[in-house]
Amino acid sequence: MKRGYYQFLFLLVGVLLLVAGIYRQEAYEVMIKAINICLECIGIG
Amino acid sequence: MLKRRIVQITAAVTTNSYFKGFLEGTVYKGKSKVFCVPGLNCYSCPGSLGSCPIGAFQAVANSAGFFVSYYLIGFFLIIGTLLGRFVCGWLCPFGLIQEVLYKIPVRKIHFPRQLHFLKYFKYLILLIFVIYIPIFVINTWGIGYPAFCKWICPAGTLEAGIPLIIVNESIRSAAGALFTWKIAVLIFVIILSVKLNRFFCKFMCPLGAIYAIFNKVSIFRLNINTHKCIKCGKCSSICKIDVSPFENPNSLECIRCGECRKACPSSAIRLGIK
Repeated sequence: MKRGYYQFLFLLVGVLLLVAGIYRQEAYEVMIKAINICLECIGIG
Repeated sequence: MLKRRIVQITAAVTTNSYFKGFLEGTVYKGKSKVFCVPGLNCYSCPGSLGSCPIGAFQAVANSAGFFVSYYLIGFFLIIGTLLGRFVCGWLCPFGLIQEVLYKIPVRKIHFPRQLHFLKYFKYLILLIFVIYIPIFVINTWGIGYPAFCKWICPAGTLEAGIPLIIVNESIRSAAGALFTWKIAVLIFVIILSVKLNRFFCKFMCPLGAIYAIFNKVSIFRLNINTHKCIKCGKCSSICKIDVSPFENPNSLECIRCGECRKACPSSAIRLGIK
């Protein structure tokens, strides 16, 4: 019962944060980073 | 085992199926990269169709004006609550690579129980290299840098660095001391993954550390039928992650591989939704 409560709470907060992140253009920021080669990520820059 | 292996290979291939990227030394530029994949999968891998959640978290934290990523925290909450470390055992490409490395027939290391506290090292990596440095260590323009990707991530070196350096002349000419360091980290992880099952997952992976936090509450979980369990300990002895499923079925370290379920003589272990 208690676990079910946490599952519901985490999923609800998760969805709200995800939507807030999309609203803040974070998803676009992720895409811009990901469609270019990240030199730091591969150990170059 | 076969079923899990098929799922692992399917997940790894479908999320890295931009084969043209490997031939041309470029990365996929499509809109699917707005989405994160659940496992550790570098978004600079030439074949990658999605983004790495750890890389993406640092990328947003690095950017001036964001500080903390709601998008990624929401993502971790949803995937963690639904699956927990099932992602590590079934969906992560780097987990698959480590399991393949462990198949190499050399003498294996039995990790002493006294050193099991080293599993907490991955939480330290999460706090310092994924959260603290990318958010708080910033330059004069207010921009931080992806410390985990830059200094540690062996998945990025293997999946992205090496394929790009082989094919892309301009990247090859730019490789220097940092790349040498990253190769050294990769070799260290490969050697220890050959000797010790899922070395990186157990001791170093910050994504595993995040999903571990949700293992106790995740919807997809191990369930023990206490009426059927005869406490023979076979599940504990077969577990490659050194978990004792009949005592602690949803340990933070359990990757839900399901090996214990097959070993159980009384069919007391169930892997599923509850």
